[in-house]
Amino acid sequence: MIKFREGTPITESAVPPGPMDRKWVDYRSKCRLVSPANKQRLTVIVVGAGLAGASAAATLAQLGYNVKVFVYHDSPRRAHSIAAQGGINAAKNYQGDGDSIYRLFYDTIKGGDYRSREANVWRLAEVSANIIDQSVALGVPFAREYGGLLANRSFGGVQVQRTFYARGQTGQQLLLGAYSAMMRWVDRKKIEYFPYHEMLDVVLIDGKARGVIVRNLLTGELKRYSGHAVVLATGGYSNVFYLSTNAMNSNVTAAWRAHKRGAYFANPAFTQIHPTCLPAEGKYQSKLTLMSESLRNDGRVWVPKEEADVERVRSGRIKPADIPEEKRDYFLERMYPAFGNLVPRDVAARAIKKMCDAGFSVIPEGDAVFLDFKDAIARLGRDVIDQRYGNLFEMYEKITGESPWDTPMKIYPAPHYTMGGLWVDYKLQTNVPGLFAIGECNFSDHGANRLGASALMQGLADGYFVLPYTIGDYLADEIRTPLPDTQAPAFDQAEKEVRSLMEKIYQIGGNTSVDELHRTFGRIMWDYCGISRTAEGLQKAYGMVCDIEERFWKDVKVPGKLDEKNSELEKAQRLLDFIQLGKLMIIDAFHRNESCGGHFREEYQTPEGEPLRNDEEYAYAAAWEYTGTDEPVLHKEPLQFEVVKPSVRSYK
Amino acid sequence: MSKTINLTLKVWRQSGPNDKGGFETYSLQNVSTRMSFLEMLDVLNQQLIAEGKRPVEFEHDCREGICGACSLVINGRPHGPNYRTTTCQLHMRHFKDGETIYIEPFRADAFPVVKDLIVDRSAFDRIMAAGGYISVNTGSPQDANNIPVPKPKADKAFDAAECIGCGACVAACPNASAMLFVAAKVSHLSLLPQGEPERERRVRRMIEAMDAEGFGHCTNTGACSIECPKAIPQEFINRLNREFLRASFITEITDD
Repeated sequence: MIKFREGTPITESAVPPGPMDRKWVDYRSKCRLVSPANKQRLTVIVVGAGLAGASAAATLAQLGYNVKVFVYHDSPRRAHSIAAQGGINAAKNYQGDGDSIYRLFYDTIKGGDYRSREANVWRLAEVSANIIDQSVALGVPFAREYGGLLANRSFGGVQVQRTFYARGQTGQQLLLGAYSAMMRWVDRKKIEYFPYHEMLDVVLIDGKARGVIVRNLLTGELKRYSGHAVVLATGGYSNVFYLSTNAMNSNVTAAWRAHKRGAYFANPAFTQIHPTCLPAEGKYQSKLTLMSESLRNDGRVWVPKEEADVERVRSGRIKPADIPEEKRDYFLERMYPAFGNLVPRDVAARAIKKMCDAGFSVIPEGDAVFLDFKDAIARLGRDVIDQRYGNLFEMYEKITGESPWDTPMKIYPAPHYTMGGLWVDYKLQTNVPGLFAIGECNFSDHGANRLGASALMQGLADGYFVLPYTIGDYLADEIRTPLPDTQAPAFDQAEKEVRSLMEKIYQIGGNTSVDELHRTFGRIMWDYCGISRTAEGLQKAYGMVCDIEERFWKDVKVPGKLDEKNSELEKAQRLLDFIQLGKLMIIDAFHRNESCGGHFREEYQTPEGEPLRNDEEYAYAAAWEYTGTDEPVLHKEPLQFEVVKPSVRSYK
Repeated sequence: MSKTINLTLKVWRQSGPNDKGGFETYSLQNVSTRMSFLEMLDVLNQQLIAEGKRPVEFEHDCREGICGACSLVINGRPHGPNYRTTTCQLHMRHFKDGETIYIEPFRADAFPVVKDLIVDRSAFDRIMAAGGYISVNTGSPQDANNIPVPKPKADKAFDAAECIGCGACVAACPNASAMLFVAAKVSHLSLLPQGEPERERRVRRMIEAMDAEGFGHCTNTGACSIECPKAIPQEFINRLNREFLRASFITEITDD
């Protein structure tokens, strides 16, 4: 049974007064500062070193704070930001095509289906240009024109060219830039970094975040570190679905453990499904690989019209090319004649799922549709297509062994980004004083749907340009606070709880491996809380996930020892947190009786099958409070739209 | 269509840095040729867990060939038999039914084994900390377009910047030299105008750090570029040597 209570609304989100375009300027001018002498006495703990964490750590160290960085990887350079392909948006207007801070702000608010906080988004657009300057100064090799100036390209959902890119490896190059900035301060002893250390708890003293409990993944040792503030930069939770485009180790544990200590978790049901990924085939599949959105510029999505052809193509008796034009259903072009194959991500994903659910999947195990370049190759020639997509074709062939030059790609939607996350105010501070959340792990900027090339922008905006100011405003009150003693009772208590939970999991001694249970659980989340959702389905899923949780405690099996490198133990702890998050996602999806962005409730759609928002009742961020029971408390943060008037999106 | 193969795996098992370690033999049946190499190891681990044995520890994360976490020496070759391919992007269709596959960790004194197939590559981070950056503070840098970079130069810098820091170059080298890694990093930054002010200091400090970590010397075997999953070319090693030589001539002027 899905249960929740409604608590007091959130009335304080620290948004400064004044006109929208003055808020951040005024805030920066008026927020409190910490003198250089005092900064040296303050320690900030940063968890995670992706774009947000590494850029924050470098900047805080440069300001004079002592910084401790914890990552579970062997090196800070491995964070999943590295896998982002397409690009990063910035309102530079280098192309003179009418771009401005307002337009980037407007596109992001609209793209988020009017479920994000205007002041945060404005600030994001405002600092976007600085990110490009900063990254170039750090040596990030963005694409350039022959004149030596920076190149731009278009991205989905906007009418200007504002995306900066570094071949298909923009995330890698931006992360290496932030990582190098961070390593410079490691060399200067202002940053101490701890590879192979996973955060398992945040320690609160008198209600303020004062430290963390981490586990050394190589020795199993639990360790305590204290600081004057704690910054979580721990990424998203798409791996709740087991199969996603996220890296294998991406997890929600740091954010979830903070949630259990009192930090609200906002809009957990807002997850983004990317339409063009390699499909899951077979039980062994471990992850889903994204194929860039740009492919839909020239590729046509189709399935056979006749079930007999579906059957024959699945069994390999005929090739896709053998099916004549009149027997193909180019269903995106049929359903959305105005936008065709280039409908937004959520719309394309739902249409593809619909066709596969109706029995038109073109692969024998699992679901997939064709993405065909035959016509584009005929129209534009092989050279043009090779220039545009050659590297993607090569990657596809490397994985599948099939060449998109000869036969259409097989693709299916997959989870790849989570808009939801820890609730933060304008200062990126959670409701727990001294606990900050930046990058994908917070909920703040993308509302119910994120636009392409905006994740990199947000991570670096938070880390380079926002947090370093706002955290100073908090630390100004802490200059007389000595570095908290890690022998304090709160540290004892937190470590004891972490240890006892870990030992309890370790001692279950069941028969099911962590991966097997995660796969079963992820499938439930995908089927009932994925591309589309219904109240009935969510209720059913809630019961199923409760059963999974019960099964976890009875039947999970963790081999190896506690005091050694033990990947199964790491995964088991993360799985438990994912399961608990899964329950909250279902509750959140169930409570939101509307469709918006990535949250599609089948009961709430227009006669044409488009999402039907309900601004009267649901124009709020849902911030959930952990209660330790199956009845979380909902705190609503109302969203006011001063600048943009919410309207309906249509792509017909 | 997918088919299945049967394999014999000889996997390096080592319980910790101080353990001697050795090969264990496992038999794996009905491996789908559509699997990736790491998924094949996942299946092996599921089998080991079911048998009550300790699963094999190996590094992996993005499984898209970009994070550089995966490693492994497969049948004597870092990242396996395919050109320009990380282990995570290697698929089982490249192996034959009945084949015996040897799987070992990257081997180098500067990369001590942590457990089973995991090695400690933190030496790379220490080399980076010694100088693999441009010293610029966060704040208000000049407009990005105030620093024009000729496209061919930017492209060349990018070719070097593609390095994923996996360490295959070290594992491939008979001397366990880290020259290709350092060459990629030094070349990336020294090709760009932004990297100019620290050009000499950077190369000296990074080479010094590399030597301190115990990597071997480069004897130009070229194995590193062949095994590099991003095919970082040898010309960057030439460039590194030139940069180092150049820096050694003008040390006095730029020394800090």
